[in-house]
Amino acid sequence: MIEVKNISKAFDGPVLKNVSTILETGKTNLIIGQSGSGKTVLMKSIVGIHKVDSGEIHYDGRDITKMKRKDRNHFRREMGMLFQGSALFDSLTVLENVMFPLEMFSYDSPKVRHERAVFCLERVNLGDALDLYPSEISGGMQKRAAIARAIVLNPKYLFCDEPNSGLDPITSLLIDRLIQEITHEFNITTIINTHDMNSVMEIGENIVFINKGEKAWQGTKEQIFDTDCEPLNNFVFASNLYKELRVAHKMFLEGEAKKLIK
Amino acid sequence: MNAIEKVGSYAVLMKRTFGLPDRWRMFFRQFLDEIQKQGLDSLAITIIISVFIGAVITIQMVLNTSNPLLPDYATGLAVRDTLLLEFSSSILCLILAGKVGSSISSEIGTMRITEQIDALDIMGVNSANYLIFPKITAFMTIIPCLVIASMFFGILGGYSMAYFTDIITIHEYVYGIQFMFVPFYITYSVIKGIVFAFIIASIAAYYGYTVKGGSLEVGKASTDAVVNSSVIILLFNVMLTKLLLS
Repeated sequence: MIEVKNISKAFDGPVLKNVSTILETGKTNLIIGQSGSGKTVLMKSIVGIHKVDSGEIHYDGRDITKMKRKDRNHFRREMGMLFQGSALFDSLTVLENVMFPLEMFSYDSPKVRHERAVFCLERVNLGDALDLYPSEISGGMQKRAAIARAIVLNPKYLFCDEPNSGLDPITSLLIDRLIQEITHEFNITTIINTHDMNSVMEIGENIVFINKGEKAWQGTKEQIFDTDCEPLNNFVFASNLYKELRVAHKMFLEGEAKKLIK
Repeated sequence: MNAIEKVGSYAVLMKRTFGLPDRWRMFFRQFLDEIQKQGLDSLAITIIISVFIGAVITIQMVLNTSNPLLPDYATGLAVRDTLLLEFSSSILCLILAGKVGSSISSEIGTMRITEQIDALDIMGVNSANYLIFPKITAFMTIIPCLVIASMFFGILGGYSMAYFTDIITIHEYVYGIQFMFVPFYITYSVIKGIVFAFIIASIAAYYGYTVKGGSLEVGKASTDAVVNSSVIILLFNVMLTKLLLS
């Protein structure tokens, strides 16, 4: 469990204002909000890329904001992160990218390390792309390779920053499901940044809505359509998912009306 | 960011850079890659420039020192001292600041804007140490070879003028090259090369590592790295010359 307590962060102006939340173990925790609402800063603050101005972030009781750089680096080996642009190393093949964390931190034999990397790549259905370079594979494959790299050290915490950005709806769905399966399979605390309502409805188990740097709402996907939080309602109603539902509903009503006329 | 802040953040980055690598095996792999990229890949340009500069200095020396009071072997002597004292260290490093410096800066800068450095940090890797330390140490290791190669091929360029033309005899040129030779000049040049290699690699790495924004900023960082490292090389050239030769 990750407990965020009253964190604030400012750059030129305030970006996060006194945000507190709990991100649960073994669940997909989604941080949602408009672009520029502060959700990426929140995630980067949680992982420690951004140093918070005030507040505490407890990982199963361990406060990362009070750790020294060396301890924090050591602790980060329990984390995996999938970046918006995948962030694979251009000069390494897909297999070498996944091997990289093992080469740095694992004391297993080369054979065991290789087997572990291949296992992770096969888990994300990339068993046939081991020797390709990131520039030679599609965006969806890059995301899957990045997921394999993120889970190769058996992390306790998995962070995904907009995992669906730049992907078509079908690939997005596959990536979402893959992340959810991995979360449950390995009992990982997964935190996903997204503004995609399809993802929210597909895999959201604990949803945190950020609006203008503040936590405006937290709940489950079942509760999301039944809230008084106006910014969240606006966010949901503006989403493509809602628009599609509205079109479907209109088509349904038109069909019913035609039946009545007949 | 003002100049004092830049110097401060450069010092902080260097403090993070110079430490024991997390994995020596990974370090040596990177180190050898960098020797290849910065050293061996720069050898061809070093040889070409040195040969032609050596040849040109020889021609110009003959033309400008055509005085009955000056012996013919003075041409060889002047070519040798120009190459050993200045060209093969300072001018060569200014040229390499463009090639190696921009390459380091743009490579690290691109890694920064594509979040690859963040990915290293999240994995718990000291990204500064992992990325910058092998580049600096490799360049400082290989630069003496480039400096000495430059001296050799520069002198060979002058020799080729004596061999292929009749502006100076081979005998006079070779005599001038050997006349009043001071072996310390080679040491002096190598020391300067090592210091300049550190300046080029560390400043380029600093500009790349701290870049913010997109590809435009990476290009700007690369230019800034070359300009600033060139100015600092010139400054250190004066200081080292005063320290080592006075």
